[in-house]
Amino acid sequence: MKNLKKNIALMLLLAVSFTNAQHGHNHDHDHDKMEKKSMNNDGMEHSKMMNKNSDAKAEAILLDYFNLKEALVSDDSKTAAEAGTKMATSLKAFDKSKYKVEEQKELADIIEDATEHAEHIAKSDIGHQREHFKTLSKDISDMVAITGAKSTLYEQFCPMYDGGGSWLSTNKEVKNPYYGNKMLTCGKVKRTIN
Amino acid sequence: MKAVKIIAIVLLVAFVGIQFMPVERNQSDGVPKTDFMLVNDVPSDIKNKLQVSCYDCHSNNTQYPWYNKVQPVAWFLEGHIKEGKAELNFNEWDSLSSRRKASKLRSIIKQIESGEMPMDSYTLIHKEAAFSEEEIQQVIKYMENLKDSL
Repeated sequence: MKNLKKNIALMLLLAVSFTNAQHGHNHDHDHDKMEKKSMNNDGMEHSKMMNKNSDAKAEAILLDYFNLKEALVSDDSKTAAEAGTKMATSLKAFDKSKYKVEEQKELADIIEDATEHAEHIAKSDIGHQREHFKTLSKDISDMVAITGAKSTLYEQFCPMYDGGGSWLSTNKEVKNPYYGNKMLTCGKVKRTIN
Repeated sequence: MKAVKIIAIVLLVAFVGIQFMPVERNQSDGVPKTDFMLVNDVPSDIKNKLQVSCYDCHSNNTQYPWYNKVQPVAWFLEGHIKEGKAELNFNEWDSLSSRRKASKLRSIIKQIESGEMPMDSYTLIHKEAAFSEEEIQQVIKYMENLKDSL
């Protein structure tokens, strides 16, 4: 009988410490940040001149973006996820302080949105990755409108994907990140940037 | 036979024991001015659907049926609510920029369209939270219009 009591006590202790540990673990996710306030920027113009003195931090973001795009072109979900993780880091490292006040506001908004998409790409299957890539591409193209880019970029467009999807490329030749091998060359150059 | 009895007793005691573990309840007074329903003109049937199907995990207020107060169900639920609110909190809708709103609306549409939301584990118990084909179309159309009006 004494043994039974001891056993029950032990099991209970184990159960309690296990759940405590789990509880503690849950709290780690607390700083998964909630939406931060950011201002509405409807009236914002994108007419700023391209800045040839390119921003190294923006270039780092672009590099990760192009790696991500390449991975999607090759239907490689795993590499895309890794690129997403890297891109989230380079987005967070972006320094907007050298831009004008109203540009800073828009950049903060763009970076926040893009970071969320990059983080999702890091943990999704390829279908979801492509969905997020579509919005991410819009964010990055808006970023480039402010920061400029070192090399010439091509905005390309595939009318078939989800009512039409754009992306950026350093190469004029179209390689479709939304369909990969299925429809590799679907799309056209919509705009040349720089 | 004795072993089975002992295990049963141990499990029972553990089950009773964990009921005393503290849980954070997702509950707050009043609805903030930034709530999705307050800043948008949402038709009543859609409002009702969102409230029933989404707000338990995507707002600051969860309607807790009794079984959700029982452990370990409550822990399971707590994790989902935390994750859900981090993704999207309808109560804080208007604190988002237009860009962020458009992003969220796109995700809402995709998730409902593909049937990923509401989650199966949720609709299994909350039958009324499931979307009929007609409701899917109705809600998606509303969200599309809202996105275009941003």
